[in-house]
Amino acid sequence: MLGKLTWADIPFDNPIEMGAVLFMGGVVAVVLGLVTWYRQWPYLWREWLTSVDHKKIGVMYILLALVMLLRGFSDAIMMRAQQAIAHDGAPGYLPPHHYDQIFTAHGVIMIFFMAMPFMIGLMNIAVPLQIGARDVAFPFLNSVSFWLTAVSVGLVNISLAIGEFAQTGWLAYPPLSELQYSPGVGVDYYIWSLQISGIGTLLTGINFFVTILKMRAPGMNYMKMPVFVWTALCTNVLIMAAFPILTVTLGLLTLDRYLGMHFFTNDAGGNQMMYVNLIWAWGHPEVYILILPAFGVFSEVVATFSKKHLFGYAAMVYATISITVLSFVVWLHHFFTMGSGANVNAFFGITTMIIAIPTGVKVFNWLFTIFRGRVEFHTPILWTIGFMVTFTIGGMTGVLLAVPGADYVLHNSLFLIAHFHNVIIGGVLFGYVAGFNYWFPKAFGFKLNETIGKWSFWFWLSGFYVAFMPLYVLGFMGMTRRMNHYDNPAWTPWLEVAAVGACMILVGIVLQVTQIVVSIRQREALRDWTGDPWGGRTLEWSTSSPPPFYNFAVTPHVHALDEFCDAKERGRIAKHTGAYEDIHMPRNTPAGLFIAVFAAIMGFALIWHIWWMAAFGFLAMVTTFIVRSCNDDIDYYVPASEVARIEGEHERAVALSLANARVAAAVRA
Amino acid sequence: MKNRISRWLPGAGAFGAAFLLGGCQLDVLDPMGNIGQQEKSLIILSTWLMLIVVVPVISLTLLFAWRYRATNTQATYSPNWAHSRPVETVVWAVPIAIIAVLAVITWQTTHSLDPYKPLTSSRKPVVIDVVALDWKWMFIYPEQGIATVNEIAFPIGTPIEFHITSDSVMNSFFIPRLGSQIYAMAGMETGLHLIADKPGRYFGESAQFSGAGFSDMHFNAIATTDAGFKGWVDQVRHSGRNLTNANYSAVAAPSEKVPATYFAQVQPGMFDQIIAKYRGKAMHFNSGMKAE
Repeated sequence: MLGKLTWADIPFDNPIEMGAVLFMGGVVAVVLGLVTWYRQWPYLWREWLTSVDHKKIGVMYILLALVMLLRGFSDAIMMRAQQAIAHDGAPGYLPPHHYDQIFTAHGVIMIFFMAMPFMIGLMNIAVPLQIGARDVAFPFLNSVSFWLTAVSVGLVNISLAIGEFAQTGWLAYPPLSELQYSPGVGVDYYIWSLQISGIGTLLTGINFFVTILKMRAPGMNYMKMPVFVWTALCTNVLIMAAFPILTVTLGLLTLDRYLGMHFFTNDAGGNQMMYVNLIWAWGHPEVYILILPAFGVFSEVVATFSKKHLFGYAAMVYATISITVLSFVVWLHHFFTMGSGANVNAFFGITTMIIAIPTGVKVFNWLFTIFRGRVEFHTPILWTIGFMVTFTIGGMTGVLLAVPGADYVLHNSLFLIAHFHNVIIGGVLFGYVAGFNYWFPKAFGFKLNETIGKWSFWFWLSGFYVAFMPLYVLGFMGMTRRMNHYDNPAWTPWLEVAAVGACMILVGIVLQVTQIVVSIRQREALRDWTGDPWGGRTLEWSTSSPPPFYNFAVTPHVHALDEFCDAKERGRIAKHTGAYEDIHMPRNTPAGLFIAVFAAIMGFALIWHIWWMAAFGFLAMVTTFIVRSCNDDIDYYVPASEVARIEGEHERAVALSLANARVAAAVRA
Repeated sequence: MKNRISRWLPGAGAFGAAFLLGGCQLDVLDPMGNIGQQEKSLIILSTWLMLIVVVPVISLTLLFAWRYRATNTQATYSPNWAHSRPVETVVWAVPIAIIAVLAVITWQTTHSLDPYKPLTSSRKPVVIDVVALDWKWMFIYPEQGIATVNEIAFPIGTPIEFHITSDSVMNSFFIPRLGSQIYAMAGMETGLHLIADKPGRYFGESAQFSGAGFSDMHFNAIATTDAGFKGWVDQVRHSGRNLTNANYSAVAAPSEKVPATYFAQVQPGMFDQIIAKYRGKAMHFNSGMKAE
């Protein structure tokens, strides 16, 4: 009846796991309890769970990412603690079975369930607004994408309480991930959570690709698109090209594990290196999927806060496109030590280095954007400058690893770990947090507290250096990754320093959470009525904050790159006086949520071999989709009078607040 | 806050650099053989090359951010300056030039450091067959007819020719102080040529995570004189135990923290058998299953 699932699969004997389960379960229970207590279910259902509004979906993506940042970081600090104490015969507090799950979960969660949702969340909030659109091309699909990601997060976290997670490392190389060496359900949790969220990501890729191609405001030709839109476009091209590879690769592994096939097994003609090649043919584009939008954020932030045009816009676009193309011809640099010939290794080493050229050009362009600017040190630009310094170091160590002769001694060492955290934290995460601080006032109508934001930045930055510079040194000392314990006393002090660095990052994260809480409490003081708190340059700042659900009462017409800035400078901003038109909008629907929940039921059942439940989940999912497809009542028109009412209300609120501010100023005087 | 940290960071950097230059126990940068020495020089040369662009970028970032802060109204402000042919030429040309040089170096060193390439030496290489097992290393000396677990020895100044495979999951065979590592994969044979110049007892490990017992998958690599090597071989030959097809499965069974073990004799052809058994299954699927 319940397949492989028994009471013994719940880790009652592991106090650390049970503690985590109780804590997370408790938090979920408190949240659900509060929603019930305050009778907020109808509001939640109406405004969020069934919403197809890209802004709300974006907010939910980012909320999901922040929660998973906490989870992924808990894994990280547990690993740092383990390695700081497990030396010279001491086993530490995490046995290999648990420790191996933690480093696997850390990688999986940070890439798939922190970075990806954060990136997609930022795209959701910014891209339609930046191109002057009312929503994405396929709003319902957007909701499906989000919920598929959300339920996958659920699956990964359920593995804490029921069964186990993979103990294979975040890419689950076979044959270790094959049934012979990983007979438990850990790898199955890995497979199904990534498959389900991967479909969601692929749909996002298609959705935003079409959105950017087809829904730009009149006049916005390709070379007038904001750089963030360009990077989002390239990222979505990469998603469409790369994620099917992931789906197929995991599908073949699934066939090996479920139907006894031999794609990647040691025997019967299987070849593990096919998996390794395939997974990196997805995996390398994946890191560019993550970093390109971050480059886009930095480009927006650096121009806005330097009060200048972005230097070398065209070069930035061409650099982005060339990175997109090149990202598909470098995958082998992840395994120079496979034993391929010198010609092959040299080819992939050199293609990898070539990516450093457009990337270097980008850094120089940001640099020359600051040059002769007027830099206002708001929170987002701090993250940007921190990025420019940190990422340059990470780029250098990356090129070093691209030299096969150097990689032969540095591969899989802590030097590698230091390198990719250097670019993923210093590039991707810094970029997303910059974007978060930058677009938060657009999404919510009030700024984030900058004092706390800046403190958070300084702890993150210094914590990063203290945590990861020692790892470079440890790499040179011959320490490999994923060690549960070791007996080289020379490594210990460096690992202790790294643990201190992790604690500093912890302070940074606590400050980020504090920043959000405090800012919500101070929202009236931090309120932005103008819709343009930073003196922005692109269209998203031309509408109110938060924007009305239809984004723009009147579709903007684009005449220039940095349209909004140009309009302000030339005095083209005129109050809309004419009549409004009816606005075509999509209806909310719970179908996305239902489809995802059924997908999760199917995934859970497949993990535990509960075949009847898997069949139910699959059929229910498909049926929901068909029912939804037969529904023709999916859109409606907002009458012009309603638009006029909403716009008028907003204008009155702005006027009232300005009057109040004047009175307050007069009283103070 | 900002000033305090910006004062402190270069200090920490200098400390780190001093430590690096001091070279204390940095295995990879303190190589004991020719391959490792070439790799060390390559790392240092590449780093210097990249610093040509990295140092100016970091310095200019901090300098520009400070110089063009909004409160500094003395600084030039050109809000519409967004294009400059000379600047754009330089920012493309400099990275292209550096990468071009690095590409040439990469092409050459990837060939000269090719793990399969035999080392030129007047001395005949010592052949060692390496089998990664759960979670230990088994070594076969086909010419000496001996085998060991978790310990190898070899004479200094003599090329060592490793033939590497796995009878389990993937591992990576790595002696940090001698240089290159290479994957060990079941059903496949990879090769690696190393050489040691100075006698010593070097740390060997698996650099590829391979499961629960991975962290203790270490071995000793003893570089010694010709006489020392002979003595070590004799010691192994007198260990009294043999490695045969019959007791191989007991050796190969998963075990952790295995101490160095010697086998006086090894059944000839065992290394090829370990590789061939996976290939055999590929061609004769049903009989292969039966053999299990």
